[in-house]
Amino acid sequence: MTLTLNHYLFVSGLLFAIGFAGVMLRRNIIIIFMCLELMLNAANLSLVAFSRFNLVNGLPNYNAQVLVFFIITVAAAEVAVGLAIIVALFRARQTTHVEDINSLKF
Amino acid sequence: MSPILFYLFAAMTLVFAVAVVANRNPVASALSLVVSFLGLAALFVGLDAYFIAVIQVLVYAGAVMVLFLFIIMLLNIQAEERRKINVPAYAAGGLVTVAFIAQLWFVLQKFELGKTAFAPLAEKHVDDVRNVGNTLFSTHNLPFQVIGVLILVATIGVVVLSKRELK
Repeated sequence: MTLTLNHYLFVSGLLFAIGFAGVMLRRNIIIIFMCLELMLNAANLSLVAFSRFNLVNGLPNYNAQVLVFFIITVAAAEVAVGLAIIVALFRARQTTHVEDINSLKF
Repeated sequence: MSPILFYLFAAMTLVFAVAVVANRNPVASALSLVVSFLGLAALFVGLDAYFIAVIQVLVYAGAVMVLFLFIIMLLNIQAEERRKINVPAYAAGGLVTVAFIAQLWFVLQKFELGKTAFAPLAEKHVDDVRNVGNTLFSTHNLPFQVIGVLILVATIGVVVLSKRELK
């Protein structure tokens, strides 16, 4: 029994599905934010797996790892901005429950 | 990476990811997220991506998690009280998730290239950080600088958003 690319892709897909389920099912905006991070990390896992699978001159394809580096950087910036927005929202409404935030709802 | 270690760390990643979604207490969710990211970093090590694994631990398990815990404690969020469950939303979310996993399973069954094992690397020990750095600073130099500007913009945005009164 050897490890194949499909093993990693399946784990990555499951992680994405868990994150997606969290975004759909949970109503706390901070938990939704954590689940977004899970989905980004699932994409990272499949990128690294493909990088290791498609060898270039016997070395991993480092372009994919540079892309993962960029994704991690953007995700960190996104977390900072998102949490600042959540704090501003909490100051205005005293809630983190998404169903209480419905001013724009038609 | 030996298959036993792969299954161990994959199970760790997935079980704690489920714990993130299932926990009612946000602090417990955040701590589960740390463990899930550590399992993911171990999977990266198994794929010979040592630099990415270290960055994963430093940025996610370090910086991002501290930020999450800080905000949870700053806002003093308790475990959420049980509310009336919105049945159509839950049903739709669960249905789409199950459909996604089923589709993933069937697509991967037909993906023949993915059923071959990983080819061994040319050298036993790759100079991982140097290779990533070379690629980053030569091939992808412009995106790297754009990312720097993005982080500057994000920093300024956070400072402006966090000021007490927005005028």
